[in-house]
Amino acid sequence: MDIREMTALEIGRRIKNKELSCEEAVSAVLGAIDATDGKLGAYISVQKEEALAAAYSVQKRLDAGEELSPLAGVPVSIKDNICVKDVPATAGAKMLENFRPVYNATVVEKLEAAGMIPIGKLNMDEFGMGSTTESSIFGPTKNPWNLERVAGGSSGGCAAAVASGSAALAIGSDTGGSIRQPSAFCGVTCIKPTYGSVSRYGLMGSASSFDTMGPMGKDIRDCAAALKIMSGPDRRDSTCVIDAPFDFNGCFEGGVGGMTIGLPENYLGDGLSVDTREAILNAAKTFESMGARVERFTMPMVEYAVPAFYIIACAEGSSNLSAFDGIKYGYRSPDAQSLAEVYVKSRSEAFGFEAKKRIMLGSFVLSSGYYDAYYNKALQVRGLVVDAFKKAHEKYDFILSPVTPSGPYRLGESLKDPQRIYLADVYTVPVNLAGLPAVALPCGQDSDGLPVGMQLIGRRFGEPTILRAADAFQQKANYHTRRCPL
Amino acid sequence: MSFEIVIGLEVHAELATNTKIFCGCTTRFGGEPNTQTCAVCSGQPGALPVFNKAVADHAITAGLALNCEINQHNRFDRKNYFYPDLPRAFQLSQLFLPICKNGHLDIETGKGTKRIGITQIHMEEDAGKLIHDQGAQCTYVDYNRGGTPLIEIVSAPDLRGADETIAYLEKLREILLYLGVCDCKMQEGSLRADVNLSVRPVGSAKFGVRVEMKNMNSLKAIHRAIAYESQRQIDLIEDGRSHELVQQTRRWDDEKGVSVGMRSKENAQDYRYFPEPDLLPLEVSPEWIERVRTAMPETAAAKRERYAGLGLTSADAAMLTTAKPLSDLFEQAAEFCKKPKETANMILGGVMRLMNDTATPADDLALDPGKLADLIVLIEDGTINRNAGKDALEALFKTGADPRAYIEEHGLAMTQDTGLIEECVDKALATNPQSIEDFKAGKEKAFGFLVGQAMKELRGKGDPQLINKLLKEKLG
Repeated sequence: MDIREMTALEIGRRIKNKELSCEEAVSAVLGAIDATDGKLGAYISVQKEEALAAAYSVQKRLDAGEELSPLAGVPVSIKDNICVKDVPATAGAKMLENFRPVYNATVVEKLEAAGMIPIGKLNMDEFGMGSTTESSIFGPTKNPWNLERVAGGSSGGCAAAVASGSAALAIGSDTGGSIRQPSAFCGVTCIKPTYGSVSRYGLMGSASSFDTMGPMGKDIRDCAAALKIMSGPDRRDSTCVIDAPFDFNGCFEGGVGGMTIGLPENYLGDGLSVDTREAILNAAKTFESMGARVERFTMPMVEYAVPAFYIIACAEGSSNLSAFDGIKYGYRSPDAQSLAEVYVKSRSEAFGFEAKKRIMLGSFVLSSGYYDAYYNKALQVRGLVVDAFKKAHEKYDFILSPVTPSGPYRLGESLKDPQRIYLADVYTVPVNLAGLPAVALPCGQDSDGLPVGMQLIGRRFGEPTILRAADAFQQKANYHTRRCPL
Repeated sequence: MSFEIVIGLEVHAELATNTKIFCGCTTRFGGEPNTQTCAVCSGQPGALPVFNKAVADHAITAGLALNCEINQHNRFDRKNYFYPDLPRAFQLSQLFLPICKNGHLDIETGKGTKRIGITQIHMEEDAGKLIHDQGAQCTYVDYNRGGTPLIEIVSAPDLRGADETIAYLEKLREILLYLGVCDCKMQEGSLRADVNLSVRPVGSAKFGVRVEMKNMNSLKAIHRAIAYESQRQIDLIEDGRSHELVQQTRRWDDEKGVSVGMRSKENAQDYRYFPEPDLLPLEVSPEWIERVRTAMPETAAAKRERYAGLGLTSADAAMLTTAKPLSDLFEQAAEFCKKPKETANMILGGVMRLMNDTATPADDLALDPGKLADLIVLIEDGTINRNAGKDALEALFKTGADPRAYIEEHGLAMTQDTGLIEECVDKALATNPQSIEDFKAGKEKAFGFLVGQAMKELRGKGDPQLINKLLKEKLG
């Protein structure tokens, strides 16, 4: 069996059983990158030497009998807005084209401690702002199912790499759907964890109160194994409020029998493609066939979620991007003659269109005289969305929802109708507004043969429930084992 | 027309915590540029702030001492503006929910005690420092100071003129010093005051146009700046040029003795404040406040009251509490020798004179309280006389010499040989018949001279009381 076809846990198992060496695993992924990335553009940089050196040292530790984790020796690919010490971290931005962090993100430390081997950095929308990976200065990442289509975003590189087998497992970040939407577009499985369960230290903040990091892989068990490693408290991130790392022991037993699933009726109306609606309803039937009860209900506040999300995301984003001022690191305009010019020229020349738009929108909604009308109102909406989910979760073990209204866009399409692209976040952003966990996994294909995804939205820190449901689904249906033609 | 000067102060005090407000870097002053920085306080992408709770301890301490209410719900807000000394281009401060509010500070004025309102105290981080290199035509940034915790103490516009302002600042400084909240070194910038000043005709209830003055780094500079700026405003009004008086920020130029306009309200920046999403709200429980209250060091005022109970005059108690190192020395030495009055006299007479002579600031005082206590005991139990005590104190002050060893080495212990003392007294009388005449004629001075002569014969080791007694007998 080709290593590219194996799940991360399968690779880990074989390494543990000495059927495979760490070096072979790393070499196989490097080979897959060589074979596919010219067409896909999933990677921004590949750390071949470092990965081979790490494979050697992890192998030595394993040979010495050290117990690391079920994913020890497995190569892991990391979105380019997550800091790996001394390795370029560009966040897809001209501003950070030559930037190398001086420290490791907490998740990177944890993954390395568990024996995983960072192998490369993945393409993304500039600073995570976008949902097609087309705003990256390194060019778009293409969808491995159809190279005329986008991979989605902002973690487009992660999704494409996992789908094509050029990553055994990827770590992405999700601010408003940036893990789930590309996963749906590329037919991979992911989990966006509860806000506060994974340390954000070392993640370049897009919108701090929404940002989370999560694994993307071939199936839900890979994702659970990685999330277990990534999660847990961190003295360097006080918003990471979880008491202890997740313990998913036994969480896949029992199936969905007896569970009650909420299906928001108003998520299935206008704007949702026929193929996606059908796939979601089929998934509901599958859950019912396994003993769950599906109940339709109306999810309130849906029409306000997208505007509220973008107001808060732009406000926080505009401030987070202020650090890129041409003074300490990053791009500085060679033509700047004064301090004001260092700021104006560096930022004007380096930031892309989407980042500039969000800086302007964010600065506007925070400015005196508009703060109450926009920012404060958005915070109120956020509170109401939290309440709406709380109420729904009193009745339902999880909420079954589409991830995106339709399949992946054609390359260049998003630039023509940016507002439609924002509105396409309607199913993903409420989850971030409420800080809830959600898994996304493939549940069908559209008339073009492209994957369709669904998401299961859990209670705060209710990861075990949605992992179990996703696993039950993947045991029954095999959409996640369909492989792209690339 | 006569005018009234209305002043409100914004005092920034750097807190005396060991580490910075949002990271573990040291707050020590004066390190090599950028050696006391990390990913957090140099604004590296992805780094996150974590609040240092000791900062809240200090802020609560100050708030309690200034009779404030302590807010239970706290959070930090981002104040957004671009400047190279601010690595993330926003400062974390508390706009919406400051930690303390509605307090007051009583000051002594010519007209008695006056209560000055404290509007609020909030916590924030300091910025780095820019170093301009004129020769190289470039500017360097040092982030060592960046992230040093500050509190800003905002007074109500209750101060009237420079004298009240200085009295307020001196009192505030004393409190912060005694609490150990801030080392209050204006020259190093650990205590800075911005002065909000306006003038209005006496009797008017309406405030005039307010000017905020910055960049005064001594009390003297503040005094001069207030005098200059209030006169400038009065002159404008009296010249019929009130329209030129605009709400603005002005910078004090101490060398030239003038204030210079920096920016007016119209050009004021919009800081786009919003709650810092990288930190959780900070909840201050009643238990936390009580814990701080219990651990609070004694204020200077409380010390003065306690010293009075030890038998010190109020003037002596006031002198001893002018600087914390002095009161510390007093308390520790008195604790050793159990002679508070004598200790106070030794410090106020001997130690402070030596500090004066050698221009030693109180902060540099490095006197061992145990040795000082020893010296006091040696004098009081008659082992040495006061003159020898003076010499031993000077040696202790300048070289740290142990008083017992010094006395031994220099043979300063008083002689116990009454025969020898009498012999020397007789010698003094025999060689100075004129003084005997003078004394008998009523010249008291002559007696002192004779004592001195006898002491000289004894090479300083005589007991002055015994000499007095013998002389009186022989002359009587």
